[in-house]
Amino acid sequence: MPVSQESLWETMKGKGYSRRDFMQFCSFAAAAAGLGTQATAAVAATFEKKARPPVVWLHFQECTCCSESFIRASHPIVADILLDAISLDYTQTLQAAAGAAAEKCLQDTLKAYAGQYILLVEGSVPTGADGAYCCIAGRSAEMILKEAAAGAAAVIAWGNCASYGCVQAARPNPTDATPIHKLIGKPVIKVPGCPPIADVMAGVVTHVLMFGRGPELDAQGRPKEFYSRRVHDTCYRRASYDAGLFVDAWDDDGARKGYCLFRMGCRGPVTYNACSVTKWNQGTSYPIQSGHGCLGCSENGFWDNGPFYRHLPAVQGFSIESSADTIGAALGVGVAAGIAAHAITTNIRKRPLIAETIQESSASGQTEDEEAKP
Amino acid sequence: MSNRIVIDPVTRIEGHLRIEAVVENGVVKDAFSAGTMVRGIEKILKGRDPRDAWAFTERVCGVCTTVHALASCRSVEDALGIEVPRNAELVRNLMFCAQYVQDHVVHFYHLHALDWVDVVSMLKADPAETSKIAQSLSPWPKSNPGHFAAVQQRLKKFVESGQLGIFANGYWGHKAYKLPPEVNLIAVSHYLDALEWQKDVVKIHAIFGGKNPHPNYLVGGVPCSFNTEEVNAVNTERLNHVGSLIKDAIAFVEQVYVPDLLAVASFYKDWAAIGGGLENYLAYGDLPTRGYNDPTSFKLPRGAILGRNLNEVHEVNGKDENEIKEYISHSWYKYGAGDAAGLHPFKGETEFNYTGPRPPYEHLDVEAKYSWLKTPRWKEHPMEVGPLARMLVAFAKGDPDVKELVGAVLRKLDVPVTALFSTLGRTAARGVETQVVAHWMKGFFDDLVANVKNGQLATHNRLHWDPESWPAEAQGVGLTEAPRGALAHWIRIKDKTIDNYQLVVPSTWNASPRDASGQRSSYEAALIGTPVANVDQPVEILRTIHSFDPCLACAVHLYDPDGRQIHQVQFN
Repeated sequence: MPVSQESLWETMKGKGYSRRDFMQFCSFAAAAAGLGTQATAAVAATFEKKARPPVVWLHFQECTCCSESFIRASHPIVADILLDAISLDYTQTLQAAAGAAAEKCLQDTLKAYAGQYILLVEGSVPTGADGAYCCIAGRSAEMILKEAAAGAAAVIAWGNCASYGCVQAARPNPTDATPIHKLIGKPVIKVPGCPPIADVMAGVVTHVLMFGRGPELDAQGRPKEFYSRRVHDTCYRRASYDAGLFVDAWDDDGARKGYCLFRMGCRGPVTYNACSVTKWNQGTSYPIQSGHGCLGCSENGFWDNGPFYRHLPAVQGFSIESSADTIGAALGVGVAAGIAAHAITTNIRKRPLIAETIQESSASGQTEDEEAKP
Repeated sequence: MSNRIVIDPVTRIEGHLRIEAVVENGVVKDAFSAGTMVRGIEKILKGRDPRDAWAFTERVCGVCTTVHALASCRSVEDALGIEVPRNAELVRNLMFCAQYVQDHVVHFYHLHALDWVDVVSMLKADPAETSKIAQSLSPWPKSNPGHFAAVQQRLKKFVESGQLGIFANGYWGHKAYKLPPEVNLIAVSHYLDALEWQKDVVKIHAIFGGKNPHPNYLVGGVPCSFNTEEVNAVNTERLNHVGSLIKDAIAFVEQVYVPDLLAVASFYKDWAAIGGGLENYLAYGDLPTRGYNDPTSFKLPRGAILGRNLNEVHEVNGKDENEIKEYISHSWYKYGAGDAAGLHPFKGETEFNYTGPRPPYEHLDVEAKYSWLKTPRWKEHPMEVGPLARMLVAFAKGDPDVKELVGAVLRKLDVPVTALFSTLGRTAARGVETQVVAHWMKGFFDDLVANVKNGQLATHNRLHWDPESWPAEAQGVGLTEAPRGALAHWIRIKDKTIDNYQLVVPSTWNASPRDASGQRSSYEAALIGTPVANVDQPVEILRTIHSFDPCLACAVHLYDPDGRQIHQVQFN
């Protein structure tokens, strides 16, 4: 029975970390929470005595697919995360308490663990209509987010909604759905995807516990260990692409042989995610393996980078080796820039098509903001 | 003495729901249900490729994932006259069944059980006695004393840590909790088992649709291909995987979920007389066996029941403008013809009109508008939708599988058929449905294997994939049954793009505010008469609300913030 009642310090000690490493982590956590170095000792005291880091999970404009994905985690399974790894003190999806009793859970954690809790956010925040588009316990999503973010040791944006606004932020964004990093003045770890892969979510949550520090992030704030490769570069059908073997119609001969779905609109070439390596649902499959192109659901503004079944310009000129290092930096800026990067390296014959796509993409895609620039 | 209590947020649901209830002398006298979040997905769909709509609408809900994608594909196929190949129908049915089984089990253990199960009480249970009880309920192989002792020990340490996490501030020790410690231990143990199992059954979605939540759908069929001479397609290994998952699902439902449901229910038979609410039930039906256009072939039949009269099932037509209408007299919208009007979704008119208090607020003005949900009516009647409605329609229509199981449950609990019209009946109907659907899933799988064996491989109808083949204007409706009840999408296509898109979803039927004539919808009606022993711990209200399995993100998206009139849609 995998019972762990160790404090974070004991866990780290058990994994060979020194007291100095532990104090460094505490100062990182204090700084991330905006508390300054004087709070390090208080943070350390908490992590020394508290068995499981307190976690608050907020729900705003979302469909709960991120919560559903989270409970699909297979390593570790979600029961082990909830009982042994973290203390999930507030989550409207699973918690027993409701109404005032639930809100008390939230307020208790915000007060008792100021500067020490991890904040997970599912959903975007509508800033229109004075916040009336999303209220919980009579308070607007924006009020709740700002209050909870103020004392958080780390903030994680679950999924495309919290990271980029997702479907409700697609044209014309009727409620002014806003990603959380635009509303709070501290760094946000983005875990995009609609939803993110279950074991990626589990990996991000447990990274801190396993290594005593946050995951390495790319320029957009995504953990590099899950978002540094394009789906196309790691796709098992990549060999078909390179050989010029494509699906040209649904369930055609090429589809029954598992050829490349590029011509059916696959967004794998402009999508950074772990799908083709980690796969979904305990490694069972991923969209391309099951015959449908990638929708690009982990990318900023992917809903407006459609229609989904119109294919991208060809992406010759990219090799697996060059993509992450040279092209990756540019692609990380966003889909529009990504396609521009394709244009540079693509076959001259395809220029008119590429130009058209860049125009469409620039017109429709949401442009990434300043902090995304490498 | 009268108390106005507010439950906001209602937790262990999907979405943002607020309940205000007036409690007098320990009984709910009046109740108001409000949806407090909107996104505006219908507006976002305008001008887009109809073939993309399934992906947008699938994101309406990640709990009942897939059902909106199915309704959307059907609405486009209905508009364009596309019939999907038999294998596509079978794959869609398999995904539908997998969704029901997963969603209903998760609802019972993770969203509903804690209204009936006292987690703290299980710490006092005797593991040996627990094992004896569990073995008397079912042959589930994990029901040994060592297993229960380990679970109890694990939870004991968890509680002793002082960090109660998701169990913090529950109404533990409330006198409404009636299970003996041993039954509580069985339920909590299976709460953990179900959490682990549910992640497996959805692999059926991953195999056919690439991922879960939000697997891929396709207008005209399904995206996967079959080929028993290829590793890159659905082959013998993939089919074996599906077959194993179905076998495990049937075992879990029959040996864990349904026995637990009956065991828990036997201690709460008083709830067979509480929470009945409305007397009308509506089901669109689903699981076609000879095509979507032939509702008589549906395993889950279509129909409406009025006044709890099980001797008569009324026909339902989603295209008839005299049947379904939506009201907004208590919703944050306004109609050109006045707020008392009712409009069919084809003629839907949606003008945003937030008149509620500016947040932060303490109370909503329930005499005025108080919700983002519109109020749908069928032939002016408020209707309950969901597993109870589906099982009643199937029962009344004489479905042999449903009749047999409903009869068995009633005999086991020793209650009359009228017990179904209640909070307990709603929860029991969900269990009956899960068991029936799990077995139907096996039947669909066998049919699929037989087709592949016979060389019948097609999964997509290409006939009208190309927009060049479409008429200048077209319109259609896609009816289905979400786990939570009747779901429909209406689409109008013009110049190869979406001209208008309308959804009327289960929780709009159940969770909506009053209509113009003051008739309550399901939640508000069902709460009347519910006992509340302690207004600070209204666990009884949660029991009835959770028995509907609320799903609010689905229900609230029906508005146009620019105040423009949604296009009118005419059907032939």
